[in-house]
Amino acid sequence: MNIPYPVLLKRTEDPAKWLPIVTSVAAVVAAFVVSGIILWVTGANPFTVYSYFYRASFGSWGAFSDVIVKATPLLLIGLGCSLAFRMRLWNIGAEGQFFIGAFMASAVVMVPLVNLDTTPRWAIVSLMGLLGMLGGALYAFIPGILKAKLNINEIIITLMLNYIAVLWNNYWIFGKWSEAGFQMTKTFPKSAWLPRLADYAKDVPAFSGLTLHAGILFGLIASIIVYIIVYRSKWGYKITLIGDNPRAARYAGINIATNTILVFMVSGALAGLAGMTEVSGVVHRLQERISNSYGFSGVIVAWLAKLNPFAVIVVSILFGALLVASREIQPSGISFLIQGITLFLVISSDVLLKYEIKWVRPTQQETAQ
Amino acid sequence: MNWIEIFRSGISTGTVLLIAAIGEILTERSGIQNLGVEGMMLVGAMAGFKIALNTGNVWLGLLAAIAAGGLLSLAHALVTIHFQADQTVSGLSLTFLGTGLALVLGDGLTGMTSPVVPKASIPLLSQIPYLGEVAFADHNLLVYFGYLLVPLTWYYINKTRQGLHLRAVGENPAAADTLGVNIYRTRYLYTFIGGCFAGLAGAAISVASAPGWYSNLTVNGQGWIAVALVIFAHWNPWRAAMGGYLFGVLRRFSLDLQGPRLLFGLANPFFFNTNLVFFLQMAPYLLTIIALIWGSSAARRKRIGSPAALGTPYQRGERGL
Repeated sequence: MNIPYPVLLKRTEDPAKWLPIVTSVAAVVAAFVVSGIILWVTGANPFTVYSYFYRASFGSWGAFSDVIVKATPLLLIGLGCSLAFRMRLWNIGAEGQFFIGAFMASAVVMVPLVNLDTTPRWAIVSLMGLLGMLGGALYAFIPGILKAKLNINEIIITLMLNYIAVLWNNYWIFGKWSEAGFQMTKTFPKSAWLPRLADYAKDVPAFSGLTLHAGILFGLIASIIVYIIVYRSKWGYKITLIGDNPRAARYAGINIATNTILVFMVSGALAGLAGMTEVSGVVHRLQERISNSYGFSGVIVAWLAKLNPFAVIVVSILFGALLVASREIQPSGISFLIQGITLFLVISSDVLLKYEIKWVRPTQQETAQ
Repeated sequence: MNWIEIFRSGISTGTVLLIAAIGEILTERSGIQNLGVEGMMLVGAMAGFKIALNTGNVWLGLLAAIAAGGLLSLAHALVTIHFQADQTVSGLSLTFLGTGLALVLGDGLTGMTSPVVPKASIPLLSQIPYLGEVAFADHNLLVYFGYLLVPLTWYYINKTRQGLHLRAVGENPAAADTLGVNIYRTRYLYTFIGGCFAGLAGAAISVASAPGWYSNLTVNGQGWIAVALVIFAHWNPWRAAMGGYLFGVLRRFSLDLQGPRLLFGLANPFFFNTNLVFFLQMAPYLLTIIALIWGSSAARRKRIGSPAALGTPYQRGERGL
């Protein structure tokens, strides 16, 4: 590489195993330092802000339970993104797929599709989950087929679909499903709620007030499934091959178009499920603000986790904490700022994985030339 | 419905898209795709508004916007050109970074009123019936800047030596390198210029076409629409201008649809059911999708493609394209 410093970058094929973890952690630490400097410039005391961050997210069991609640949609969306990114499909539309998933899950209650009084809770919640996944998958089918058949940039399509999904939801919550003119549906009956820890407070007093709901189980199961798909299945091998070397994949007879659509739909289904867990497990109604930009943060989560399904769990908890802490922090852009800087530093640090850095004396360099 | 007003407003909002798209065309022609336009525009909108407000001078505001967009784009340039990071991910991070920066630094600006870019009419041209009123009368000066920008950029890209180098770097960097064109410097330069234009486009909103700072709603997806416009325009400034203005007009038209009681002699559904307005608000995004589908099939028919080296990092001595 043509760099005018006394360093020599040598391409390396196999970086040390521990290096990706070290660079990711270093990137996060560096992001906090850089954001701290920006906070300091804008007049806030970064140490106060960060200690507040810590207390607000890990200070008590209640706070930690909130962190896991925020981490749940991030985990599901991050997993979906990690699968799509592995194939170099840039699904930035998780936000929209999340909203459509939430819409479909709400339809079970609002239409209603089943008798809410007689149908058992597990059946209602399962149906909501299935429809949520279906909604997300169908919504992701649009960019999938456009990419597969017409080779249209999926980033733009998924982004535009995000805006459309939000407006679509608004149509329902401002109109047909509005409760007494408010911009939200009525509260769902208990039979459509995902069970939460607080429900068992009678038996286990320590659970009282804890908002943690069963959605996190979906996330954990999904991460195991995605792990098996990616590392243990033939399909996962195909996905990775298409991502790394589409030409070789084509010669090997892999149908890229079909896999593009399938991966998009699986990715969308996970985002749709995230939407369902939010309406059924957290807000218990459909309303305008159900997402904390989860769809976009999921992109960062997937990348920071280097697309590893188990690492996604850890990173989504970290980002969940960031979201919980930033709820009350002003100005509201700080969590965006930290996320953006983190992502930037992570992708910059990837150069350390691709190259070995050697310091060379200028004289050596001259003789090399 | 006031057609003159619809076209006038279309040109004014189209100018924003045009400036951002021209910047991105220059960047992409050098082989670098910068998806961070939305973030750079937000930072530009914030910087332009804040500086215009604090100094009372709108020109300083525009300069600040240009500088802010350009500086932010250098992060993308460094990461993608020297560190060879994935351009898609880097562009996305730039959007996050820009949004965060703009929200943090723009805290407390909502509701303020800053000086705005002055308006002017072009003598003689503004006297032309209809066209004069639509295109040459009482527009902010950036609109006229947009008119000049299109032919100038086209001439620069297609008729000058620098433009030739730019295209060579984007189409076949290895060949350009052997001819002595500095690939790295060229790419840095045009990524920076693209950022400057994006910053200016942001300010074209906040201190010109729709004055004010409304946090991230100030830009509200127009950066992404500009990126889509570049693809739709096949990297050609003339088509970008056409698309930008058309887009502005259609957008304003769809919003004006809710006004009249009667539409083509029938009861206007958007007037009587205000919730249907959400479907009208989908129009710009649906239009973008349709334009992309249309643009891609036209490109395939005419065999026009993106710059051949778009998105691929260049490294001396490695097998190129």
